[in-house]
Amino acid sequence: MEELIRIESLQKVFGEKEVLRNIDLTILQGEIFAFIGPSGAGKTTLLRILNFFEIPEKGTIKFMGINPEVINIRRRMSLLFQTPAIFNNSVFENVAYGLKVRGIDKKIIEKKVGDALNIVGLPGMEKQNARTLSGGEAQRMAFARAIVYDPQILLLDEPTANLDPANVMKIEEIIKRIRNERTTTIVLATHNIPQVRRIADRVGILLNGELIEVNSKEGIFSKPKDARSEAFINGEMIY
Amino acid sequence: MSSVDFLIQGIIKALELIFSINPYILSITGVSIKVSGTATILSTLTAIPLAFAISFMHFRGKQGLITLVNTGMGLPPVFVGLFVFLMIVPVGPLGFLNIVYTREAMILAQYILITPIITGISLSAIKAVPRSIIETVHTLGGTQQDAVIETLKEARFGIITAVLAGLGRALAEVGAILIVGGNIARTGSVGGIGEGLSETRTLTTAITSETSKGDISTSIALGIILICLVLGVNILANFFQRRE
Ligand SMILES: Nc1ncnc2c1ncn2[C@@H]1O[C@H](COP(=O)(O)OP(=O)(O)OP(=O)(O)O)[C@@H](O)[C@H]1O
Ligand SMILES: [Mg+2]
Repeated sequence: MEELIRIESLQKVFGEKEVLRNIDLTILQGEIFAFIGPSGAGKTTLLRILNFFEIPEKGTIKFMGINPEVINIRRRMSLLFQTPAIFNNSVFENVAYGLKVRGIDKKIIEKKVGDALNIVGLPGMEKQNARTLSGGEAQRMAFARAIVYDPQILLLDEPTANLDPANVMKIEEIIKRIRNERTTTIVLATHNIPQVRRIADRVGILLNGELIEVNSKEGIFSKPKDARSEAFINGEMIY
Repeated sequence: MSSVDFLIQGIIKALELIFSINPYILSITGVSIKVSGTATILSTLTAIPLAFAISFMHFRGKQGLITLVNTGMGLPPVFVGLFVFLMIVPVGPLGFLNIVYTREAMILAQYILITPIITGISLSAIKAVPRSIIETVHTLGGTQQDAVIETLKEARFGIITAVLAGLGRALAEVGAILIVGGNIARTGSVGGIGEGLSETRTLTTAITSETSKGDISTSIALGIILICLVLGVNILANFFQRRE
């Protein structure tokens, strides 16, 4: 597979705290790459850097084959926030947002929004005010909003954190389907280890801002290179 | 006549004046609404873009501007009146405008008085919009302009409240317009109760002069109208505040 994102010696500091330290990583076209690590390890920060919300103190990020202007790269991707913000508007307007700012034709928008809502299991909910959705519905609506314009890179921050098991399965199915059908590259942050086992292709383990291991899923679960990785995966890590 | 009778008489007379649509009182009310309404519109046109520029743009002197807005929010009206008066007197820097004792001067004074208020309250409404809303606009491919529009939508009730607060303040204010407007009315031929037409006389300035003239019933009539207007504005503001 081809390289899509290359991160080199990245460092991020908040105040006194070095939140990400010396990160080197290549993300491949069309894979599902999962960052796992305990709370506070820097997963969200890394995704936010990839979406230009934080500027790293050191290091570089290259997006291969994409016009390097921020708006152009941004328009090829989408970040699903750990706690999605919802516009005070209908479900339709929320999901349609990314299409509208791209000036897509109204008829196509209606179709795509309908499809996206179907996919996440919220069919026909267009008219409801999005702020009245339940937590899990809101999370799925935000997911629909993030995928509706077919981003080339999908950054997902704990996409199933607020969902019941049935909906977790549903979202995981969608993630796999999107990767397979649309060749979307998916970067996922989670502390859900079984989820990583179910859907990831490759895994990076973040610990205290350090990427201690990058490995294939098979590799990380059968023969991890780092003792700390093994401890984390087996739930033996004390932090 | 007892003081109670005196008051009751005054109120009855006042209601008569209001319900007979007395031309003098009507003209005063008209001037109040026109002056304060125009000042509010002009202030809104300045304040909202200013609040967005302060919230979304980086420029030199921004901190100074914020300080100016905050100070301006608490300016005493008489001070603004004096300041504007000194600007527009024939020897002042704006003397060429020739607007002493005109409605234009009153509009200018109220504009200066309420622009900081509308800006300041709008600023807090904009600030209250969660950062995550703006980030969502950006991650979904929106431009800075889209972020401004979305913020405007989120903050709309707060901004309407700001405009109404400005209008309420302008309607109730007396010090500034008294100085620059002069409280002028063309008096009627007889000069009796409820005669004449307002030039630069507003509800508030008329109440001061009618009361000192001893025309209590006209004062009460003007007071009732003023309270109704200000209350109406406040009820509306309250309504929008609760929608937030
Ligand atoms: N804007 C900020 N200012 C200061 N510190 C921050 C900021 N954002 C994040 N941090 C700190 O950086 C560290 C990493 O945070 P981050 O949100 O990336 O963790 P995470 O791995 O996503 O954790 P979780 O699994 O709980 O979501 C934390 O210690 C956090 O307190
Ligand atoms: Mg996080």
